[in-house]
Amino acid sequence: MKKRLLPLLLPAVLLCAVLSGCGDGSTEQAPETQAAANEVTVGIAQDLDNSLDPHKTVKAGTREVMFNVFEGLVKPTPNGDLIPAIAETYTVSDDHRTYTFQLRKDVQFHNGDTVTAEDVLYSIQRCADASETGIVPVEAFSVITDMSAPDEGTVVITIEEPSNEFVSYLTNPVIPADYDGQDTDPVGTGPFRFVSRAAQDNLVLEKFDGYWGTPAYLDRVTYKIMENTDGLLLSLQSGAIDICAHISTTQIPQLQEDFNIEEGTMNLVQALYLNNAEKPFDDVRVRQALCYAVDRQQILDLAFDGYGSLIGSSMYPAFGKYFDDSLTNYYSHDPEKAKALLAEAGFPDGFSMTITVPSNYQPHMDTAQVIVEQLKAVGVNAEIIPVEWESWVEDVYTGRQFQSTVVGVDASTMTARALLERFTSTAGNNFINYNSPLYDSLFVKAISSGGDEAQTEFYKEMEADLTKNAANVYIQDLADLVAVRKGLTGLQFYPIYVLDLSTIRYEN
Amino acid sequence: MKKWNAYFAAGLLLAGLLASLVILGIFWTPYDPTAMAAGPQFAAPSLRHLLGTDKFGRDIFSRVLKGAGTTCSIALLTVAAGAVCGTAIGALTGYFGGVVDEFFMRLNDALTAFPSILLALVIIAVLGPGSKLNVVIALGIVFIPSYARISRTAFAALRDVNYVKSARLMGAGPGRILMVHILPNTMPVLLPALTIGFNNAVLAEASMSYLGIGTAPPDASLGYMLSEAQGMLAANPWYALGTGLFIVWMVFAAGLIGEGLQRREGGVS
Repeated sequence: MKKRLLPLLLPAVLLCAVLSGCGDGSTEQAPETQAAANEVTVGIAQDLDNSLDPHKTVKAGTREVMFNVFEGLVKPTPNGDLIPAIAETYTVSDDHRTYTFQLRKDVQFHNGDTVTAEDVLYSIQRCADASETGIVPVEAFSVITDMSAPDEGTVVITIEEPSNEFVSYLTNPVIPADYDGQDTDPVGTGPFRFVSRAAQDNLVLEKFDGYWGTPAYLDRVTYKIMENTDGLLLSLQSGAIDICAHISTTQIPQLQEDFNIEEGTMNLVQALYLNNAEKPFDDVRVRQALCYAVDRQQILDLAFDGYGSLIGSSMYPAFGKYFDDSLTNYYSHDPEKAKALLAEAGFPDGFSMTITVPSNYQPHMDTAQVIVEQLKAVGVNAEIIPVEWESWVEDVYTGRQFQSTVVGVDASTMTARALLERFTSTAGNNFINYNSPLYDSLFVKAISSGGDEAQTEFYKEMEADLTKNAANVYIQDLADLVAVRKGLTGLQFYPIYVLDLSTIRYEN
Repeated sequence: MKKWNAYFAAGLLLAGLLASLVILGIFWTPYDPTAMAAGPQFAAPSLRHLLGTDKFGRDIFSRVLKGAGTTCSIALLTVAAGAVCGTAIGALTGYFGGVVDEFFMRLNDALTAFPSILLALVIIAVLGPGSKLNVVIALGIVFIPSYARISRTAFAALRDVNYVKSARLMGAGPGRILMVHILPNTMPVLLPALTIGFNNAVLAEASMSYLGIGTAPPDASLGYMLSEAQGMLAANPWYALGTGLFIVWMVFAAGLIGEGLQRREGGVS
């Protein structure tokens, strides 16, 4: 039995090479027929959540797809702003506590009903109390003290304390109050409406003719679930799939002929996260030494074929408003300086450390491998401990039992707070045990400051604090490479993990 | 009962060549196997880099030399662990029979009921991944049942032959009988089983590393390298070919030796 496994595997592996070699341009017909019918097929690497109810969404991949089906009172734009969606306008009271939304009059749900203030209240209330099984509670809604609908087209929300970020949580999908089929037949207000789904296989969306805003260009979109990377590649080459996000750099040469490769960002803060409470990383000089020892550009060159954007703090460039580019090169690659700092900290001969890495994430594994080599040059002997995702979450993220880890941290909502609050000393998800009194006080100032500008300044100061104290060895925001079949255009990248299909069209 | 035959000689030659390369790899490799950017990325095989370079610009030949050493030593230790424990159990159950026999053989059946790689995965999950010792322990446990069964049959068959009976009459204790009188005579069966076991262990280690739970990067092991190579098969076929070739070489050599031993001993073919 044992003997049979690999001999079978090897020829299979070799066969794959041969197959993918022959795959080029064998079926030219499929894409053309699709263009005539104004349809596209999008390849995704994993199935969606079992429930398609937008308030029960757990996987980022589900949100990425259903972004096209659902909308909230407001919705994000590609440059990170929020624009009114179901609400036509909104006003904020002088004490920054009361929000008044005027709803658009012509917004329809996919089932033909008109959106009313009642639907909006229901949708927010549903996520605020999360009493129904499976609903993911929205913590930010806990600050709501009062919600009312003076008339059909007005919603008034009052919150406990002023918060500039509150509005960003109102991207939360609005769904009809009197409909209970969301799990299997979701109904929203977005540019596409849900048609059908076959678990583990596909999901079909169609253009919604009653959309209030700029209608989608495409008539029909089919998401095809392809868990196997090689299968996905073959489908792209054969013409069965037109668009696929998150492809790896090694696949580019095989796709360049038929596809435009568009480069966006993953919107992750990838870093060598250091447990600030663990020796020797409790010494700021050691952390700084590591920052000097790591050559981030070489990481991009070796592990990512030069793709990716360097960062210097817990903020990525797509967040233009909050991103402070002057921090990016605060630590330049300088092994001599690193050695001097290590000597000063009492480690003239370096030390040994471990890097725990979730092994199913190849980009992080690759990054860790390059870091290990770079640290050798300053006498630091790092050892990679590959762990599976579940144990990473349990031991590193929740248990904080680690020395260092390479991972990407994302923002759950489009706010700086989502990225920065976690490093306040009392935050439950401060897995690196960062402890800076200055940082904590800046955070209090930031969330209580009334003005948006003042708040942005405080957030930037927080970022600078993370950089100067070398909280982590910040590396990059990974590139998100999207293969789009030639002839298709209009792809836009967002600072959150979504793929907007409403702007995609065939060039004519 | 020829002492030498073509299979055995060819196997020894191949194994000898490989062994000398592996031993060389312990002391010297053309480049540091983990040094990045030793050459350009994804270089094709050339005189500078015999098997080309990988994604990080590491010399594949150097990595294969080191990786073959890792894979080989894990395989040898695994076979040793599995064979020693398995033979001990087989000897006791085969020679004494009775309740002990029933107990161990049922336990054996239970272990065999699991697909071997799956069982190894479970053991690794319990012991913790990324450690070579744990891989040896896991694979060693997986290998015990087959050796126990093979040696049990051999020991049971020799339990009642005349020279064993004579030894018993002369007052030899069970320990002496097992070690001195029976064990050497089970060799015709056990030796080929060892070489076949070595093959299985090489492939099992490769599979484990391939699945990402054997050797931890940046250390090289043939299986881990093969899994790395898989992602870039179309663009860089020589990465998979060079690595795969070494696995084939290793397994082929051990296979030939096993075949040769069987023919030499005139045992079952």
